Amino acid sequence: MKNTVVNLLRSRELAVALVLVAVVVLTALKSESFVFSADGWRNLLVTPSMLMILAVGQAAVIITRNVDLSVGSVLGLTAYMTGRIFIEAPGIPIIVVVLAAIALGAVLGLVNGLVIAFAKVPALVITLGTLYIYRGVFLTWAGSDRINASDLPDEFLALGTRQIASVPVLSIAALAVLIAVGYYLYYSRGGREMYAIGSDPGAARLYGLPVTRRVISAFVLSGALAGLAGVVYAARYGTVSSGAGLGIELEAVGAAVIGGVAIFGGSGTVWGAAIGAALLVTINRALPVVGISDFWQRAVVGGLILAAIVLYRVLALRQERRLSIERDTRSLA
Amino acid sequence: MGELVREAVLVLEEVRKSFGATAALTSGGLTVEAGSIHALVGENGAGKSTLVKIVAGVHRRDGGVFRFQGDDVDFTSTADAKAAGIAVIYQEPTLFPDLSVAENIFMGRQPLKSGRRFDRAAMCEQAEALFQRLGVQLNPRRIARGLSIADQQIIEIAKAISLDAALLIMDEPTAALSGVEVDRLFAVARGLRDEGRALVFISHRFEEIFALCDTVTVMRDGAYVATQAIAETNRDEIVAQMVGRELGELFPKVPAQIGDTVLRVEGLHSTGEFHDVNFEVRAGEIVGIAGLVGAGRSEIARAVFGVDGYDSGSVHLGGEAIPKRDPRASIRAGMAFVPEDRRLQGLVADGSIARNIASVIRRGLASAGFLTSRSEIRAADGWAARLQVKTHALDMPATTMSGGNQQKVVLAKWLSTDPSLLIVDEPTRGIDVGTKAEVHRLLSDLAGQGMAIVMISSELAEVLGMADRVLVVCEGRITADLDREQATPEAVMRAATQTHQEAGE
Repeated sequence: MKNTVVNLLRSRELAVALVLVAVVVLTALKSESFVFSADGWRNLLVTPSMLMILAVGQAAVIITRNVDLSVGSVLGLTAYMTGRIFIEAPGIPIIVVVLAAIALGAVLGLVNGLVIAFAKVPALVITLGTLYIYRGVFLTWAGSDRINASDLPDEFLALGTRQIASVPVLSIAALAVLIAVGYYLYYSRGGREMYAIGSDPGAARLYGLPVTRRVISAFVLSGALAGLAGVVYAARYGTVSSGAGLGIELEAVGAAVIGGVAIFGGSGTVWGAAIGAALLVTINRALPVVGISDFWQRAVVGGLILAAIVLYRVLALRQERRLSIERDTRSLA
Repeated sequence: MGELVREAVLVLEEVRKSFGATAALTSGGLTVEAGSIHALVGENGAGKSTLVKIVAGVHRRDGGVFRFQGDDVDFTSTADAKAAGIAVIYQEPTLFPDLSVAENIFMGRQPLKSGRRFDRAAMCEQAEALFQRLGVQLNPRRIARGLSIADQQIIEIAKAISLDAALLIMDEPTAALSGVEVDRLFAVARGLRDEGRALVFISHRFEEIFALCDTVTVMRDGAYVATQAIAETNRDEIVAQMVGRELGELFPKVPAQIGDTVLRVEGLHSTGEFHDVNFEVRAGEIVGIAGLVGAGRSEIARAVFGVDGYDSGSVHLGGEAIPKRDPRASIRAGMAFVPEDRRLQGLVADGSIARNIASVIRRGLASAGFLTSRSEIRAADGWAARLQVKTHALDMPATTMSGGNQQKVVLAKWLSTDPSLLIVDEPTRGIDVGTKAEVHRLLSDLAGQGMAIVMISSELAEVLGMADRVLVVCEGRITADLDREQATPEAVMRAATQTHQEAGE
C-alpha cells in the first residue's frame, strides 16, 4: 500500500525525466553536436534555466490552488529595468541590479497576492488583469525604445555564457533556486501549509492555518522569481524589446502541469515543474534538429500538455476507484 | 443547575446567531464543567453544530454570553480558539486529501529538527503512538485521499487529542465508527475526563450517551431546553424534550387514496455511495426518507432522478424503465425533483419568477422557436396563484423573495410539468414555521390528488408527521421500512444510527 502510493507520487517526476532523457538521446543520435559540442552542451543546460525559474514560482502558486498569469509581463518589465539601470547608472555592481529586479518582481507579486486575498476574486482573473496592466506599464515606460547588447556592461553579458566546471552560471542559478524552493516546500511548516491550503482551502481555514498569508507569500515568491528570470533574460539575450516575455506565462503553467503539479493544487513538486520546463524547452529545440516543421512543433507541445493531464487524471481516477472498492469491501467484512 | 463552587470551563448563555434571514440559534446555552463528559442532544437543525462552530471560532455570535475558563472570549478564527485550548472534532472530517495521515494530524505544529525542517520520522512515530492509544491500525505515511469516513474520523480524533486541549468537543464522532473503535474512543475520552479536561459529546445514539456521559443538555429549534444529570433522566424524557411538540399539530397530513405503484427502484448500487437500495412508491403516497446527514439519502434521490449515475440496478416509473444519468428522460417520463439547496440547484436566482417557473416547460411554451416573457408569465401565473407565492410581480428576480417563497417558486416550476412522481429534498429547510405548514399542506394536497411523493427530510417531526411510510437510510443502505403506525422517533433513530455489525445480526 505504502509503496504503491509512494511510487505513484514518484513516478510522475521520474516519467517526465525519462521522456526528457529519451528526447535528448534520440536527438543526439540524429545530430551529435546537439550534446557533444561545446555549444551544444552549453545550450542544452542554459536554455531551459529561465523557464525553470518561472516554472518553480508558478508551481508554488499552483500548489496553493491559484495561478499567476502575470509572470510574463513581470519578466519583461524587470528585464527592461535591468537594462535601464545599467544605462542610467554605469558601473553599478551587478548584484545590486539583480536584487533590484527581484525586489520589483516581489512587489508586483505582492500586488497580485493582496488583491486576490482581499478582493476574494479568483487568481485567474486578477492575474489576467495584471498581465495587461504590467505589460501596459512596460510599454508606456519603454515606448519604442529597446535595450541593446551595447548598452549592457560586458561582465553582465558574460554571465550569459560563463561556465564553472563546464556548467553555465545561469544553470547554477536556476538550480540554486530550485533547491531552495524545493527545500522550503518539502521541509518547512510554511511549505507544507501551502500544500494543505491547495489540497482543501475550506479545511485549511477551519483548521486555523494562515491561508491569506501563505497565498500572498506564494505570489510574492512567484513575482520575485519572475524578476530574477527577467535578469536572466537580459543577460542571455542582450536585447530587451517590448515583446520580452510575451506568452511565457503559459509555458510556465504548461511546464508545471507536464511536471505533475496538479492544476487544482495540493500535489506535485517543484522538481517536477523544473523537469517539465526542461522538457518543454528541449523539445522545442530538438524538433527542428530532427527536421519537424514549425506547425508540428507547437502541436507537439500542446499534445504533451494534454497527454500529461489525461495521464494524471486517469491515474487519479484509478486510484480513487480502487480505494473506494477497498473501502466498501472492508466495511462489509 | 445550582450554585457552582468554581467557574465552569465553558459557559454559553443566550447565544444568538443568524445567517441572513434564517435564525440558526435564538437562545443557545451550554455550561460544561472540568472533568465532565457532557452530552449535547437535539434533532438535526436544532442548532448544535452552529453552537459548536461558535465555540470553535468558525462563526462569531450575534449576541449572548461566551466564557471560557472564566474569561469572556470572542474568537475571530479557529486559530484563536485552538490557541486558547479548544479542540473540535467536526461532523464532517476536514482533512487535506493530498497529504499524508501524519501530516494531517500535525499540520502547523510539526516537530522540527535542525535547519527548521520538520522531522518526518518523529512525526510518524508520534502519529503511531496516538493510533496505538486509540487502538487502531493506520499507516501514518499513506495519503488521506480515499480513506473511509471511519478512518477519517479517527484521524480527526487523533488530531484533537494531540492538541492537549482543556476542552474537547466531539460532533458526532461515532457516526461512522465500528463497535470496537467506539469502545476505544470512549476509553480515551474517559481517560481525558479523569485528567480533568472537559468534553462535549454530540450524538444521536442514546446508548452511547448513557454509557459515556454524566450530564446532558437538550436543544430544540435553536434554543436551550434543559440540562440534567444523566442519572436523573431517561431516554423517553430526553426524546420528549427534543421533539417538544405534539406531532400532527404542525403537519396537516390528510389521508389519501393509495393507488398503483408509480416508482419502483430495484438493486440500486453505486460504489462508495449506496448499496442494494430497493423501494416502491405508490400513487397518493408520501414516502419519507429519514437518516443522518451524510447517510446517502440525497445521493439515492439524485441517482433515481438521473442527475448522478449508478453502477447497477434499475428504476421504473409507471412500469417504464428510466435510463440512468438522463434527467431529461426522467422529466419526460413524469418525474420532478426539488433539490436540497434551492439557491444552488433549483433556482435561476437572478432570473425572474416567471422565467424560473417556466424554465422546465420551455419547450412546450416556445412558439416558432422563440420564447417570450409573455408566454412565460402566462404559464407561471396559474401555479404561482395556486401556491400563494407572495410577490409583487412575476417579473421580479427570484433572489428578492423569502426562503419560503423561493421554495414555492421551485415547487411551482416542477409542478408545471405535471409530474406523476415528486421528489423533494429537505422541503422546509430555512423556512419559517408558518410557511412550513403551507408547504406541508401543499404536499398533502398533491398526494390527495394522486401524486406519488418522496420526501427527504432531516427533521424527524416532519417525516413522522407527513409520511405514510418511512424509509430509513444508514450508511448507504435502507435499514428500515416503517409504516405510519410503526414509525416512532425511537424506531427511526435506532435504524438511522445502527452500524453494520448490528444490521448483520
